[in-house]
Amino acid sequence: MSDFQLRRTMLYVPGNMPSMLQNIPIFESDGVMIDLEDAVPLSEKDAARILVRNFLQNYREHNKEILVRINALDTKWGEDDLRTVLPALPDGIRLPKADTPEIVETLDTMLTEFEEELGLPIGRFKILPSIESAEGVINCIKTARSSKRLIGLAFGAEDYTASLEIERTKRGEELFAARTRVVWACKAAGIQAIDTIFADAGDMDGLRRETELIKTLGFSGKSLVNPRQIDVVHEVFAPKQADVDYALEVIEAIQKARQMGTGVISLGGKMIDAPVVKRAVRTLKTAQAHGLIDIQLDEEVIYGQE
Amino acid sequence: MVRNSLGRSIPESFNGQRLTPYQDPFSYSPQGTHASRALRRFNPGQSKLLGSLREAIEAADLRDGMCIATHHHLRNGDALLGAVVRELDALGLRDITIASSSIHPVHAELIPYIQKGVISGFECGVNGQIGELASKGELNCPIVVRTHGGRARSIISGQVQVDAAFIAAPTCDCYGNMNGSQGPSACGSLGYAHTDALYAKKVIAVTDNLVPYPATPISIPQTLVDFVVPVESLGDPGKIVSTTTRITRDPVGLQIAKYAAQVIEASGLLQDGFSFQTGSGGISLAVADQVRRKMQQQKIKGSFGCGGITGYFVDMLEEGLFQTLFDVQCFDLNAVESIAKNAGHLEISADMYANPFNAGAVVNQLDCVILGATEVDVNFNVNVNTESNGLLLHNTGGHSDTAAGAKLSIITAPSIRGRLPIVRDELTTVTTPGETIDVIITERGIAVNDQHRELKNELLRRKLPVKEIQQLQEEIYSVTGRPRPLEFTDEVVALIEYRDGTIIDAVRKIKT
Repeated sequence: MSDFQLRRTMLYVPGNMPSMLQNIPIFESDGVMIDLEDAVPLSEKDAARILVRNFLQNYREHNKEILVRINALDTKWGEDDLRTVLPALPDGIRLPKADTPEIVETLDTMLTEFEEELGLPIGRFKILPSIESAEGVINCIKTARSSKRLIGLAFGAEDYTASLEIERTKRGEELFAARTRVVWACKAAGIQAIDTIFADAGDMDGLRRETELIKTLGFSGKSLVNPRQIDVVHEVFAPKQADVDYALEVIEAIQKARQMGTGVISLGGKMIDAPVVKRAVRTLKTAQAHGLIDIQLDEEVIYGQE
Repeated sequence: MVRNSLGRSIPESFNGQRLTPYQDPFSYSPQGTHASRALRRFNPGQSKLLGSLREAIEAADLRDGMCIATHHHLRNGDALLGAVVRELDALGLRDITIASSSIHPVHAELIPYIQKGVISGFECGVNGQIGELASKGELNCPIVVRTHGGRARSIISGQVQVDAAFIAAPTCDCYGNMNGSQGPSACGSLGYAHTDALYAKKVIAVTDNLVPYPATPISIPQTLVDFVVPVESLGDPGKIVSTTTRITRDPVGLQIAKYAAQVIEASGLLQDGFSFQTGSGGISLAVADQVRRKMQQQKIKGSFGCGGITGYFVDMLEEGLFQTLFDVQCFDLNAVESIAKNAGHLEISADMYANPFNAGAVVNQLDCVILGATEVDVNFNVNVNTESNGLLLHNTGGHSDTAAGAKLSIITAPSIRGRLPIVRDELTTVTTPGETIDVIITERGIAVNDQHRELKNELLRRKLPVKEIQQLQEEIYSVTGRPRPLEFTDEVVALIEYRDGTIIDAVRKIKT
């Protein structure tokens, strides 16, 4: 839990548009994914990666997580993308078309080589692979364990539905099985599950419904196509006041328990033990990120000393 | 040349008038009494109806060197000012001063008449091409830019004497009772025309909707009106009011609006009795929308909204979030419809709205106003008149009036506009003194004037991105670079008059 990082909102920003890149610092998303892949026309691939590198070099004090979506490694641009942007130190790479664990392993090896070349600690660059085809969904359980660099798996419904030769709907029944499998893969591997984009930037009600659905399924966030979508997703993910109050009671109870030298205590007739505490801590950290509470969480008190 | 207290270089006189340099927002006191005009007598059976604008000009005895006024409620749809000036020209009149409440881009049609000598000066601010050409030195035509409150003051005090006011009356009867809420050219409030009706030497109602006596409701009464002229059309209804004014969809604008609403909440002013003004721009409306939601959630009953009124404020009135709307000007169709039907939606004059030299204007009761800027400096001074190309393109409106009156005046503006930074070392023009500006909000951070330490601490406590304005400036410069200063000649083409009549800045001809 110590590396708790909210990834409710991962905003795509086209890598070839200076006017949008310059606004990256001001948006309140948890992360941005600067896109060198689908958003950039073939004729601008070179220019975009140089632009992104220059932008990142001027934006050293990131106030959010910065990933770069490179072109797939089997294209002629993927490696050049890495070579150009990695020296400008993004936090990680969003890897498209991660259909097999081997694709992630290949990137992992390349990142290690770049880290050695740049004199960086091994493992500095994170990976967020896109699961966006039938094959990717089938393999995602192994993919989720394919590299220590993984921060999560990102489900990509547009390419996925294309690979199934079906239409994507706003209700999303066609995505249910795939989404569930991606969540299983992530939870089992202890990484985050990031849901697909909601393409209609004008339909806030539709976005809210979809976000409520994917939160229920176990996703910890979504990829976004428009900054206007940020607030809605944050609102959906914001803990309810009653949940926050209960979590605070849980922490108080467990702190009392620790003082008494035990790891279990009863609160309002219910047993409070490790999984309950874990959930409470997650609620409070989320609440803190939403600015709902302002408290210090002392991990040692909560989890006990070793 | 003298320097005023903001260090701006002011000529000692302009267009034959001696000038008083700006000192501070609140201490300059008026001298003298109200302006007056001759008493009149209208006997039973005497008609006020005239057949044409030409007959009205002759009946008003307009001569060379005199001054006329219109109001700007018809905005960019106004056809009256152009029609009057064409008649003045046809009658061979020259050297006429225009003291309208504002000039819009549509009035670029006056340019040939300025060149011809029919018009020799503007006792009012200008939007659009006239200011642009004046800034380039291509029009020999001095301009005095005034705030809405300052214009009312200048007429009431007699500083500006209007010989004939031509009041576009969307509905009028033969005896001069008029309102703006009915008729094909309905514009809602006639707030800017009230002062003209009270003080102009001759008052001419011009209408495209002559109705049987009495026209009701009465906005400006028969007792003030000398002549009534029916015309075919007052203007283009499509350009008089917008059918809709919309919240911005630009993510940068929405971010700014979100901060602004959070600042208002943190200020402690958002409680029962809250009073509020915003403009009709996309960011302003987004702020209004956010404030409205907060008021709904927290069940706050506000007291009044004022200034130019939009459909958003009408909704807030109808939802019970405001008790009253004080309306000098309707910005959209919803506002026009509302002023005709809602008892709480009141038409007020520019005098009542914002004049600093009466027994207290509405702006003095205002809690919070959201304002724009073309540039700000590190002392919180604001420019809304000139653009970064040095051209005089915008009128002041109620900017300085509301900034001086409101407890919390907030500037919202994108940090970068057209690749240029909003926070400058030196402003092209000072419109509103920094002493009356409390907070500047951009998408890159919030700067709080030093006089509000408590607010600043509260914003910091709420983890809002508060920055020193110098720090904000440096951050923006790191993206845009430092702009090269503009070059001007010494020739003064326009004055920026502060609301009290002192001179806050002068606009000079640009070097080309």
